[in-house]
Amino acid sequence: MSATVFGSQVKRREDPRFITGRGRYTDDVQLPGMLYAAILRSPHAHARIASIDTSKAAQLPGVVRVYTGADLQDRMGTIPTAWLPPESDIKTVAHPALAVDTVRYVGDGVAMVVATDRYTARDALDQIHVRYEVLQAVAEQELAMAPGAPQLHADAPNNIAFHWKVGNATDEVFAQAEVVVRHRIRQQRLVPNPMEPRASAAQYDPSTGELTVWVTSQNPHIHRFILSGVLGVPEHKLRVVATDVGGGFGAKIAVYPDEALVGFAARDLGRPVKWTEDRREHFLATTHGRDQVEDIELAGTRDGTLTAIRVKALANMGAYLSTAAPGVPTILFGLIVPGPYQIPYAGADVYGVFTNTTPTDAYRGAGRPEATYLLERMVDLFAREIGMDPVEVRRKNLIPKDAFPYHNAMGLEYDSGDYHRALNRALEMAGYADFRARQQQLRAAGRYVGVGCTTYVEICGLGPSQVAGAVGFQGGLWESSTVRVHPSGKVTVFTGASPHGQGEETTFAQIVASKLHIPVEDIEVIHGDTARIAMGWGTYGSRTTPVGGSALAVATDRVIEKAKKIAAHMLEVSEADVEFVDGSFQAKGAPQRRASFQDVTLQAYLAWNLPAGVEPGLEASAFYDPANFTYSFGTHLCMVEVDAETGDVTIDRYIAVDDCGRVINPMIAEGQVHGGIVQGIGQALYEGAVYDDQAQLLTGTWMDYAMPKARFFPNFETAFTETPSPHNPLGVKGIGETGTIAATPTVVNAVLDALAPFGVREIPMPLTPQRVWQAIQNGREAE
Amino acid sequence: MGDLRSSVQVPVTVLVNGRSYTVDVEPRLLLVHLLRDVLGLTGTHIGCDTSQCGACTVLVDGKAVKSCTMLAVQADGCSVTTIEGIGSVENLHPVQEGFWEKHGLQCGFCTPGVIMAAADLLRQHPNPTDEEIREGLEGVICRCTGYQNIVRAVRYAAERMQSADGEVEVAATAGLDRGEGSQGGATS
Amino acid sequence: MIPSAFTYERVHTVDEALASLAANPEAKLIAGGHSLLPLMKMRLAAPAALVDIQAIRNLHGVREVDGQVVIGALTTHAEISAHPVVRSLLPALAEAAAQIGDLQVRNRGTIGGNLAHADPSSDLPAVALAYNATLRGLSPAGEFALPADGFFLGPLTTAMPEGAVLTEIAFDVPPAGTQSVYQKVPHPASGYAVVGVAAVIGTDENGCFNYVRIGVTGAGDVAYRAVAAEAALMGQPPTDEAIQAAAGHAAEDGVMGEDLYASADYRAHLVQVHTARAIRRALP
Repeated sequence: MSATVFGSQVKRREDPRFITGRGRYTDDVQLPGMLYAAILRSPHAHARIASIDTSKAAQLPGVVRVYTGADLQDRMGTIPTAWLPPESDIKTVAHPALAVDTVRYVGDGVAMVVATDRYTARDALDQIHVRYEVLQAVAEQELAMAPGAPQLHADAPNNIAFHWKVGNATDEVFAQAEVVVRHRIRQQRLVPNPMEPRASAAQYDPSTGELTVWVTSQNPHIHRFILSGVLGVPEHKLRVVATDVGGGFGAKIAVYPDEALVGFAARDLGRPVKWTEDRREHFLATTHGRDQVEDIELAGTRDGTLTAIRVKALANMGAYLSTAAPGVPTILFGLIVPGPYQIPYAGADVYGVFTNTTPTDAYRGAGRPEATYLLERMVDLFAREIGMDPVEVRRKNLIPKDAFPYHNAMGLEYDSGDYHRALNRALEMAGYADFRARQQQLRAAGRYVGVGCTTYVEICGLGPSQVAGAVGFQGGLWESSTVRVHPSGKVTVFTGASPHGQGEETTFAQIVASKLHIPVEDIEVIHGDTARIAMGWGTYGSRTTPVGGSALAVATDRVIEKAKKIAAHMLEVSEADVEFVDGSFQAKGAPQRRASFQDVTLQAYLAWNLPAGVEPGLEASAFYDPANFTYSFGTHLCMVEVDAETGDVTIDRYIAVDDCGRVINPMIAEGQVHGGIVQGIGQALYEGAVYDDQAQLLTGTWMDYAMPKARFFPNFETAFTETPSPHNPLGVKGIGETGTIAATPTVVNAVLDALAPFGVREIPMPLTPQRVWQAIQNGREAE
Repeated sequence: MGDLRSSVQVPVTVLVNGRSYTVDVEPRLLLVHLLRDVLGLTGTHIGCDTSQCGACTVLVDGKAVKSCTMLAVQADGCSVTTIEGIGSVENLHPVQEGFWEKHGLQCGFCTPGVIMAAADLLRQHPNPTDEEIREGLEGVICRCTGYQNIVRAVRYAAERMQSADGEVEVAATAGLDRGEGSQGGATS
Repeated sequence: MIPSAFTYERVHTVDEALASLAANPEAKLIAGGHSLLPLMKMRLAAPAALVDIQAIRNLHGVREVDGQVVIGALTTHAEISAHPVVRSLLPALAEAAAQIGDLQVRNRGTIGGNLAHADPSSDLPAVALAYNATLRGLSPAGEFALPADGFFLGPLTTAMPEGAVLTEIAFDVPPAGTQSVYQKVPHPASGYAVVGVAAVIGTDENGCFNYVRIGVTGAGDVAYRAVAAEAALMGQPPTDEAIQAAAGHAAEDGVMGEDLYASADYRAHLVQVHTARAIRRALP
């Protein structure tokens, strides 16, 4: 095995257990004497709880305990918010694990039943009688801010949770601009819908006082940190396990009332307790994503130069501020509004608004898809306004490769990029010029094809911690890694990142294998267990590889450094004269004097003859704090055909050229892009959570909420360019969110390009056939 | 809602992965809960509850069914194959092998059901086109992969199973697989 | 999601099924369970007893009798869509059965369960109407045979007698030379028909339409025959104009439904478009 394992297509090491049904997800945890919890959820969006009668439920055979908010309010803490953007006058409001006197969204927890089996627990919910005094509810952020709207929280007047501003774009800049395009966009609400519903199981050991909580989490250490406070269990007595997690997409970042309740009950009852949401519950009780209304202005000149962009956004936060929620429509959104273009002036003015809906939080991309969508839609509208090809507008304004590091108008420092290279590659793959010619012919024949383009840049590799602090994230954003070399030369790696499908059991092994020149089979990557990993911040924000992978690289280098000392001693040469080549330590200039890696690891543990000052053993840790964010970028292109008679959109081709710096495993990177694209197209064409005016969720199952299915898509055409990041030792950037960020505007731009002959400028997402058809009708009438 | 009913248990005999089990169950026990909670076969997952996602797919008498939409009592006397029974790490079913080779899974949660559904798809259509595979996967939802590598995985399995039918072709298969693999990320 | 408790009985003959239903008016029949179980899991239905008819032997299979294809109520969608007799004589039924739900659903779901459940978005009612099917069974009062036209009364409501068992469905084999198709707009989430049009079309030696039966499902609360469109097409030459004009009447015989996905106007439009497309596709 050589260093080329970095960058090669290694089959995933995690797969054998998954393809044979041996994964161990939270709901798979079964313990002797285990009880099952079920949570009664409010059917009303806003109501006072007049009374709760649990007596009938409690008498049901098999029911062990029924808890209400009143039972718990003095026995456990409330669920906190952990991202407080500075200078935003943020109103954090306590979210009790079970509602005490008021429910504020459909799905708000009201009572919990613990019973001997799932079926009994479910039956018991029907036997709890709650008398509600129904209050006026509001689901929509603009209505919630209007005078006379129902007020959710006493200390948040007009339902304003926070108000955050950034940027240098002034009224004057727009007043003096040659061209200003103004537009309103609604980013509909989405439901993350990882395939594995959320679940939690807990076991309390009274002899040690240790509470173990299995939970569907992207960040078990954050869970431990917060649950420790909520439950009053000290961190050293609290173990959180999230080894196999069936997807997260942001929805498993937050700490929810449910896992706190399960932990509480396990300790209170002295028996293991498990709770698993069903899909209907997921729709009601797991955080949603997006949901912004944006008014945007883009200024430029007639020759196609962009000069300023600003957005006023109203972000629907739901009834409470979920764990990371306030950071999403602010930091992760506002700072990247100018995107990959040289736009000297930019601004974002964001209101976070409480409504009687399920709380929103991160959803794959988290803020960056919203920013990219509005920018890319605006660029197309601007191009249309000045009569220029939208690709040419992009080419003209993209930051040139010699301008890096580049400071955008919001103060972010983009590390590296060659944006034009990705654009040119994508255009070449697509045959863009030919398509434009063919489009004219087809239009003449009554067929409506269109092409959409997105050039994007995204903030990834969330870190460093100093920045985290400056932007109000209530945690660090470094990552930890420990590399433990065993006497035989086999290696166990412990990472504080918490992959849940992204394949780091493989790519992290590749990082180590390439440095130690050992087979990936000799390396085991351990994650997702606070008892085995000292500390970590988890997997989100495309940070796992740039931050967690870099921590691993640093730790591995430390192992090599120590091994070199031992090898030098073994070979009787000075440390400076030892080099590590193809898996052996050898004397410079005398390669026949060598010791294999395994010889050295064995000596490290035998410790019969170590150099002075060197301790036995071979293990190193790194707590790596990155120099800065890193910025992936790329160009996506899509060709669609619209059936003007029915409004159906067919995606004919989809081309993605992404640059995530150095690619560790092209197969896995491509897989991330595929999945991201489908989620991005999901927002463009299919998905959308809809509330009625009483804030009842109308799309609460997969019978109504359209999850993307295989037959909706063609095979995608993907490619990578590689522009290493100077911000981390591996030169890597993130790839987990790029597809989602780029695909939504790409597809919508393509559909609107196809419908240009009808003068259609806007169709609200998702672009369902009816909406497309209606837009065509309206366009026809206008003619 | 309302009235509580007594639930008289009834005996059910099922052959699961070749092993016979006789258990007393409530008539309302779903097959998926029999497998997971009673028999401890947790490879079969529950994703949606409304019969859309297919994560719970198993083979009943050789045919793919959603075990969340079947009562355990309805499986009385049937043979059930779950992901644990279709192949093992040492002896993978061609579909399992395809998923591994072609990166047909990420988080792995939908995977057991998709594999079982794909196995039945190939029983009904041994040599499907990509489009037929996509249509045939209507009954499964995957949130991670974007489906493209699942399509590749199923195609890989089809090729594998086709050539396994004629023993003479087995030797040629390896070459074929390598050829496909090298196409990598390009469109196919 | 977990259903409420119920008692369960497996029967082996239609008579046993009738007896069980008579003994327990709150009992429901279950076969494949793909219509009933989802409702029970959401606790939108909570029958006190289930009578499982899967094991009744003689309700299974496809046979050709006197210009009809007779299909046992327990025959699954998968069996129907793959059956050579259905594929050659009732291609629209094969086409529709192949588009019900998905592969797994088609393995379990039965034609009898589907039609008796009368989901307004189900595919098969359109086909049953277009092929002039007869739904036969036994009730406490004896045998019944009901034409599809008039069988579907509303959402989840049929003309079947109380306590009855649907045993078989007889489809008229349309005259030689006719073509039949099923044209569907599936809901992207549920897979049910937003609109489904089954058309059986025949033309005379001049190419003019001389046989037209059109069934429409999904569009409203109940599947219907597009009688106005049928009449408008009869005797017309197979021109685009004639087809378009006739299809323009296809929504007249139904009451268009409305939901989040499709308004009544859009549904009516889809019915017209897909009726035209079905007719064009059925032309020789």
